[in-house]
Amino acid sequence: MNRVLIVAEGANGRLNLSTAKCVSCAQRINDAQIDVAVLAADAAAVAAQAAALNGVKRVRVLERPENIEPLAAVYAPQIAALAHDYTHLFGPSTTFGKDLMPRVAALLGVGQISDLMEVESAYRFRRAIYAGNVMVTVEAPSGSVVVATVRTASFQPVGSGGEAAIEPETTRVALPAHTRFISRSGASTGRPDLQSATRVVSGGRALASAENFQLLYRLADALGAAVGASRAAVDAGYVPNDLQVGQTGKIIAPELYVAIGISGAIQHLTGIKDARTIVAINKDSEAPIFEIADIGLVGDLFQIVPELERLIRADK
Amino acid sequence: MSCILVGIKRVIDYSVRVRVKPDGSGVVSDGVKMSINPFDEIALEEALRIKERNLAQEVIVVSIGSGEAQQQLRTALAMGADRAILVQVDGPVEPLTAAQVFLKLAQQRQPQLVILGKQAIDNDNGQTGQMLAALWDRPQATFASKLELESGRARVTREVDAGLETIEVDLPAVVTVDLRLNEPRYVKLPDIMKARKKPLEITTLAELGVAVPAQGLRTSNFAPPAVRSRGVMVKDTAELVAALEQRGVL
Repeated sequence: MNRVLIVAEGANGRLNLSTAKCVSCAQRINDAQIDVAVLAADAAAVAAQAAALNGVKRVRVLERPENIEPLAAVYAPQIAALAHDYTHLFGPSTTFGKDLMPRVAALLGVGQISDLMEVESAYRFRRAIYAGNVMVTVEAPSGSVVVATVRTASFQPVGSGGEAAIEPETTRVALPAHTRFISRSGASTGRPDLQSATRVVSGGRALASAENFQLLYRLADALGAAVGASRAAVDAGYVPNDLQVGQTGKIIAPELYVAIGISGAIQHLTGIKDARTIVAINKDSEAPIFEIADIGLVGDLFQIVPELERLIRADK
Repeated sequence: MSCILVGIKRVIDYSVRVRVKPDGSGVVSDGVKMSINPFDEIALEEALRIKERNLAQEVIVVSIGSGEAQQQLRTALAMGADRAILVQVDGPVEPLTAAQVFLKLAQQRQPQLVILGKQAIDNDNGQTGQMLAALWDRPQATFASKLELESGRARVTREVDAGLETIEVDLPAVVTVDLRLNEPRYVKLPDIMKARKKPLEITTLAELGVAVPAQGLRTSNFAPPAVRSRGVMVKDTAELVAALEQRGVL
């Protein structure tokens, strides 16, 4: 039997959707018993949500005051201490998991598989390299624990309705004090979260200014969509960094992705290739984005975007 | 004051369209333009700026790979690094092995900081810094977009999914850098001449006492990704809305 431990991602009493996607990935492994580890200072709410995920057998709760913020140096030794019970340790390929899981793997003296996209067998996985230009199979040795991050865009989340056992952990590993959380600032936009949104409207350099991005925000609000951006738009300072979609930003898989004034560099395309429907709006009919778009419209975005917003509002 | 170690990986240049070998054994690298991993250039730039503020004495660049990586190390020396170390290895190097190399060098050189790129654009792993921090039992500050040093500590702003997070770490520490930490300088011709005289030391895993794992991860079956087929073109917004409705996404 395979035994998989998933490290839950949570904040402010809410379980991140990435955890349900990791469970879905773990279910592709034959004969897998799936547990979830919840680390928090006050774990009750997140643990209850994890216990409700379909397919989860046990929720192991590591509740300590030091776990109030997700510091990899603090979390990693606690996860590593649970590893002997498992054949697989999975975390999401979000900044939380990317920060944490390699540290866990190194504590256990094993390699880590980043951003796994497909499960071929318990020890064989597919992932992308070179910004999505190349797919490879990675095989882990069966004698040691498999540590991996899961590309959340590649898996549908499992639903809720389960009733897993919630088990508090009492073992206390020593934790370092060399790393301290100071602050976090996020643009709370009131819009859906980019990584879990079903619709995303994204803008590129052609928007030409931060003010012009307002056009996009209005269209996004009409659609109930999150807002994203190309690296060029972020580098130009039109929008904050956390909106960047692509190889070095967020990799997403919404139902609808509307790319506006984005030419479609490969590094951007790798971030959206799992979207169900891609719409491209661009004045350059030769732009690479049209190669992969399901629906393309060539024209002036400053005319098209407000018009589209009106039509969508009228359509409701 | 002490030194800063910076990782420099030789990778296929970001502008090259990477192709898979017909037999699926790897990617075509013969005759392809090679460069310093872009994130590593940012790491080096940050180290140089710290030294220029007199907060470090020496910047040491380290590459792990084939003898050809000397080219990238010479470029790094031309940018302003003081000395270079090439750990010569034939064939691929797993992040865990790279982390073990940096651990050995950190133990030898006692740096206050090891600055690495957050990922290399070839394998897109993004692991070496975190693994080094674990093996070294020191703090890690990944995805850094701002780095401030004060006595014995660093304050690092990190790019996380939710926005920006600031942490404080005791030194020595491992920092991995994100795109917007700085803009790397251009190399000037006189600096290229000067770099030829700077020390570049070549060593091996065996000399450092790093063993390659007998049972590491194995990568195979290189293949191009499935391509999305080109869809339809519409002529105006009304047609666009109709097409979206037809696909059931509105």
